[in-house]
Amino acid sequence: MNSQLLISASLLLPILGILFISLARKNANLREISTLIVSMALIYVVYSLLPDVLNGIYPELYLFDVTSNLVIHFQVEPLGMVFACVASFLWLINSIYSIGYMRANKYKNQTRFYIYFALAIASTIGIAFSANLFTLFIFYEFLTLSTYPLVTHKETEEVKRSGRVYLGILLATSICLFLPAIIWTYQLTGSIHFTPGGVFDKYEDPVIILCLLLIFVYGIGKAALMPVHRWLPSAMVAPTPVSALLHAVAVVKAGVFSVVKIIIYIFSPSLLSNTIDVNVLLYLSGATILVASIIALRSDNLKRRLAYSTISQLSYVILATALLVPISIMGAVLHIVAHAFGKITLFFAAGAIYTTTKKTKVSQLNGIGKSMPWTMLAFAIGSLSMIGIPPTAGFLSKWFILQGALDIEAWFAVSIIVISTLLNAAYFLPIVYVAFFRNSEIQRDRVYHEAPFPIVFTVFSTACITIILFFFPDIPLQLAKLLIGENI
Amino acid sequence: MITSQLPALQVILPLAAAPLCVILHHRTLAWVIALLVSIFSFCISCALFNQVLSENTITYAMGGWVAPWGIEYYIDKLTAYMLLIINGVAVLVLLGARRSIENEIASDRIYLFYTTFLLNLTGLLGVITTGDAFNLFVFIEIASLSSYAMISLGKDKRSLYAAFKYLIFGTIGASFILISVGLLYVVTGTLNIVDLSEKLLIADNRATITTAFVFFVVGIGIKAAIFPLHLWLPDAYTYSPSIVSTFLAGTTTKVFIYVLIRFVYSLFGYEFSFFVESFHYVLMVSACAAILYGSYLAIKQDSLKRTLAYSSIAQIGYMFLGISLITELGLMSSLIHIFNHAFIKVGLFLAVTAIIYSYNTDSIEKIAGLAKTSPFVFLLFIISGLSLIGVPLTSGFISKWYLIKASLEADYWILVFIIVISSVLAIIYIGRIIEAAYFKVSDKQTATVDLDKKIPYLLFVSLVFISCINIYFGIETTLNVDMASQIANELINK
Repeated sequence: MNSQLLISASLLLPILGILFISLARKNANLREISTLIVSMALIYVVYSLLPDVLNGIYPELYLFDVTSNLVIHFQVEPLGMVFACVASFLWLINSIYSIGYMRANKYKNQTRFYIYFALAIASTIGIAFSANLFTLFIFYEFLTLSTYPLVTHKETEEVKRSGRVYLGILLATSICLFLPAIIWTYQLTGSIHFTPGGVFDKYEDPVIILCLLLIFVYGIGKAALMPVHRWLPSAMVAPTPVSALLHAVAVVKAGVFSVVKIIIYIFSPSLLSNTIDVNVLLYLSGATILVASIIALRSDNLKRRLAYSTISQLSYVILATALLVPISIMGAVLHIVAHAFGKITLFFAAGAIYTTTKKTKVSQLNGIGKSMPWTMLAFAIGSLSMIGIPPTAGFLSKWFILQGALDIEAWFAVSIIVISTLLNAAYFLPIVYVAFFRNSEIQRDRVYHEAPFPIVFTVFSTACITIILFFFPDIPLQLAKLLIGENI
Repeated sequence: MITSQLPALQVILPLAAAPLCVILHHRTLAWVIALLVSIFSFCISCALFNQVLSENTITYAMGGWVAPWGIEYYIDKLTAYMLLIINGVAVLVLLGARRSIENEIASDRIYLFYTTFLLNLTGLLGVITTGDAFNLFVFIEIASLSSYAMISLGKDKRSLYAAFKYLIFGTIGASFILISVGLLYVVTGTLNIVDLSEKLLIADNRATITTAFVFFVVGIGIKAAIFPLHLWLPDAYTYSPSIVSTFLAGTTTKVFIYVLIRFVYSLFGYEFSFFVESFHYVLMVSACAAILYGSYLAIKQDSLKRTLAYSSIAQIGYMFLGISLITELGLMSSLIHIFNHAFIKVGLFLAVTAIIYSYNTDSIEKIAGLAKTSPFVFLLFIISGLSLIGVPLTSGFISKWYLIKASLEADYWILVFIIVISSVLAIIYIGRIIEAAYFKVSDKQTATVDLDKKIPYLLFVSLVFISCINIYFGIETTLNVDMASQIANELINK
């Protein structure tokens, strides 16, 4: 198939899925099957773009001009390819999980759930493939709006309040900071196209560059750099599949993806390292890593702990990119992948525990590993990946980041990584420990069994992939090399 | 040849049709006549638009009396652009008007409504087309008097008070404009705008010209409802019949902003207005105040129409803000916003008209949960609402893009800040309405829909049209953006 067709297909397939899902709304089985078929088709389409990209050919799709210079334009480059592969693949896994989870917990309005989910995936693919800031911004906003009904799925008062925080922070940051930053960039350079080597003149005033960089980083609220992280814990009121795919993978990764893409293709690392002191960004992300880890350590609610862990892991990606060394940027790309699989495993496990036991607190998990061994084994693997212990994918990415930091003797970054690894271990390992090695005080807790099959299957398969990625990281690594090869 | 008579026909057609409505004295026929006239009028404006694209300017000597003695109709790109907006809005409003008007105006007065509507249209079109300063005043009076009458037609007694308030303010404004025109006549001895602009350059009585300028600015400020001269607007929009609010919101203030642009650029001259009188600082401060004040108060209202009225005050601020930047890009962004906002606000007001028609309520509290019973109306409300906020791929985004770009280009940081703050406020006041309609639990009494009170078919069609316009001009902007850029270029570099 020709590549332009493939790009449009990857954007239109989820939309087509919405049509099928709404047509099949009367029949739950048919509806779920259509979700699965569409997500498989999406994987096929996205992965067929892969060979071209690996060969250094970046397919483009030029849609139309809104006004002169405001163009809807897509281009598949290595970074976007990584993101699209991860998102589309996990959509399938997550759909299987959703079927088990939504049915077991007897949620209402499941058709709406699947429809908005497909819409969110379409927006994510749009973000991944966008070739300029304008296109990126459009899909960024779509993603915010399409995930709102998912976050507020339960329609209770508490959920609506959280939904307001979610929508408020994401929309406000994007309109108040992100959009002006885009327009300012356009004003200064006359281009908002993602260009290898950046769009800025190297004689541009360093102060302006630094200001713009900060406005971008905070304007992309989805990257959850403190203090604009509040929306992420709020979003945890959503059903677990939403937290798993959107708030561990699609939405937050869209945030860091945009940050990385802007640093590489709008500013370019060489401009940043020559003109300004990017240490500011290092300090900001470093602080976020530590503070979020400490909050995670102190939260008893499992999903909240995972949310703060996500916030700190996202800042790893920003920190790694801000080091501006090729090897650490490679680590950043790898970390996007590794964290996606690791964190989705953890969320899946949390959802499995909730489904069978209705427990949401860490302190209630004593002895849970005895009744749900597979789930907790997967949880343990996910935790290892978060901490960065081999043989998991998290080790590889952390290794590259650390190597980059050591190369340029960025001792601040090194110490942040070391301290936060300890903190990660401190808030994940106790869960694993008490689950397996401590007995529950309450007698009836011992009779729990595993969650329904689709749930256990998906939890376990993402955990396996976390390990497989450690041994075979070739494709993401190759893409990352392509990315830094052309830009640095 | 009929094509050479088009400028005159544009104004005379609705003027001649207005008495016809009175003579026929029939409510449905009056509606049909008004609708047909507005469609014809729209076609004429399209023809003029086309003509202007090839010929640049068209002049038409009324009654064969050549300017500067006779009254001249002067049509350039700016004129044609405004005519298109006003006529477009008129068609869309009239299309959906019939059932709502029957619902909100006493049945023996309905034909009067269409009469005054046509007179109002005549006035607005006249203000735009005429090239004669005194004739302009006459048309302003026609438009204003008819709008006072339209507002007072409502069944709600408060509409009388609103109309009276508007009458007082409007008359003061019109008198100021008249004084200004009089003073200019004293200095130059001419009333033709083109002629005036030439004579003003060589006139030596600067103090009188300055006085005329100040009178003009204050007068037009009242008419266009720029903060702090906006006090008549919230009541007039809230208590008049919904269709009247819709039409006023889409047209009146925009026409007066047009007059401001016309006078500042073509009559007083760009250098005089901005460099001698430093007029733009005044404009900028009041525009910023209007944006923040309007958006903030919009959040505080319970009435849907009042929310939209305060939002209009803010949006008028945007239009003035673009002008106050005194750059080509700034002027262009104002012109784009005049175009886009006309359709955005008409879309919102028409949706509210439909809500009032079905549920007989204007209160945000009482529309709780109604999205379930009339999903399409609220969907269309959301589309226009998103456009008002400035979400990408809607026309509002294009306006905002150019306005922010213009502010950045002129190095006014603070303005970018104000614009984005007000966008966030817009999210809140539109969001409140959407949240009430979609997420609040409906209370039983309002939620029961009368079956005959379903949204009228034509109103629905017109709403769909407007939503399409709002999206279309967010995606394909050749018509308005290119035109606005040409107009701005011509006005500034003349």
